[in-house]
Amino acid sequence: MHEYSLVQALITRVEAEARRRGALKVHGLSVRMGELAGVDPELFQTAYDTFRAGTVCAEVPLTLKQVAASWSCPTCRAAIPRGAALRCQACGEPARLDEGGDALTLDGIDLEVP
Amino acid sequence: MCTTCGCGDTELVPVELHEKILAGNDRAARHNREHFLEAGVLVLNLMGSPGSGKTAVLEATARAAAGKGWRLGAVSADLATDNDAVRLSKAGIPSRAITTGQACHLDAELVHRSLHDLAWRQTDVFFIENVGNLVCPAIYDLGQAANVVVLSVTEGEDKPLKYPTMFLAADLVLISKCDLLPHLDFDMGKLEEALARVMPNPRVLKVSARSGEGLEEWVAWLEKRRLEHGLVGKIAGLAGHTHG
Repeated sequence: MHEYSLVQALITRVEAEARRRGALKVHGLSVRMGELAGVDPELFQTAYDTFRAGTVCAEVPLTLKQVAASWSCPTCRAAIPRGAALRCQACGEPARLDEGGDALTLDGIDLEVP
Repeated sequence: MCTTCGCGDTELVPVELHEKILAGNDRAARHNREHFLEAGVLVLNLMGSPGSGKTAVLEATARAAAGKGWRLGAVSADLATDNDAVRLSKAGIPSRAITTGQACHLDAELVHRSLHDLAWRQTDVFFIENVGNLVCPAIYDLGQAANVVVLSVTEGEDKPLKYPTMFLAADLVLISKCDLLPHLDFDMGKLEEALARVMPNPRVLKVSARSGEGLEEWVAWLEKRRLEHGLVGKIAGLAGHTHG
């Protein structure tokens, strides 16, 4: 259940950014979550709903962008079929995880500023 | 303020951050890593399910590496009790417990704080025995030189497919309790196949803390990591550590 500590880190970061920019209100925040981020999206949402009360995020909807994990060969760029061994059949190279497959990032915040 | 017409209305500004949620942990981990390498200590993060044999593997490591002259040390994390740290200290690995309370994983800050009252700097190889859990510890960088995942043969061949993030983070998988294989319907081929589907470059060693199988290879692997990080021949304990 590390989702709770992640959400705490997220809200702390949003609060710091809102303060830094002298924001009057936070209107939205968007988080990108890869399939291999090691985080359960539903648990993350539940943790967010639990912890946002009493913070600048209390009324703020969370937009979760989920990214499926995909792999490809670093040499010939061929895609590795989902569920297959993570090695290129043609080159024998270990596959590389495509961008975003393990992401866990705060992409952006919508702030109301004076 | 609205600068278009000067009406005094507030503005809605989209702020792009693209920042890792674990950025704070990663900063603390970098700080740990610098200290570890500066002090000439190989630090490993040992993860695995509860009961996978993490502590037993370390006890056996102390025996198997006796001839190397390494000074070993460890911190051992559990939600409660210092049983594992007591076991390790008895086995010749001076250790202390980190009791995490309700926390299911270690983070870099927690490791840093626990090191302040430990003579880790005088060790050559230092183990961080993480909380027994195949989920949460996987995504927290602690500053280790490598991640080692202990998976016992009593856990089933499909564990890597169920917990892909943990195995993706592993630099080495130790298949433990291999002395039990004759008594189990365990298919090593199936496990290797599962690992190949979640790790691009699986490194696996089969070990038994009880029979000593594979421990020589494991100690050789540790030696190789020390070489790789330029730690061989480095005199531990000389680098200073100051905090403002």
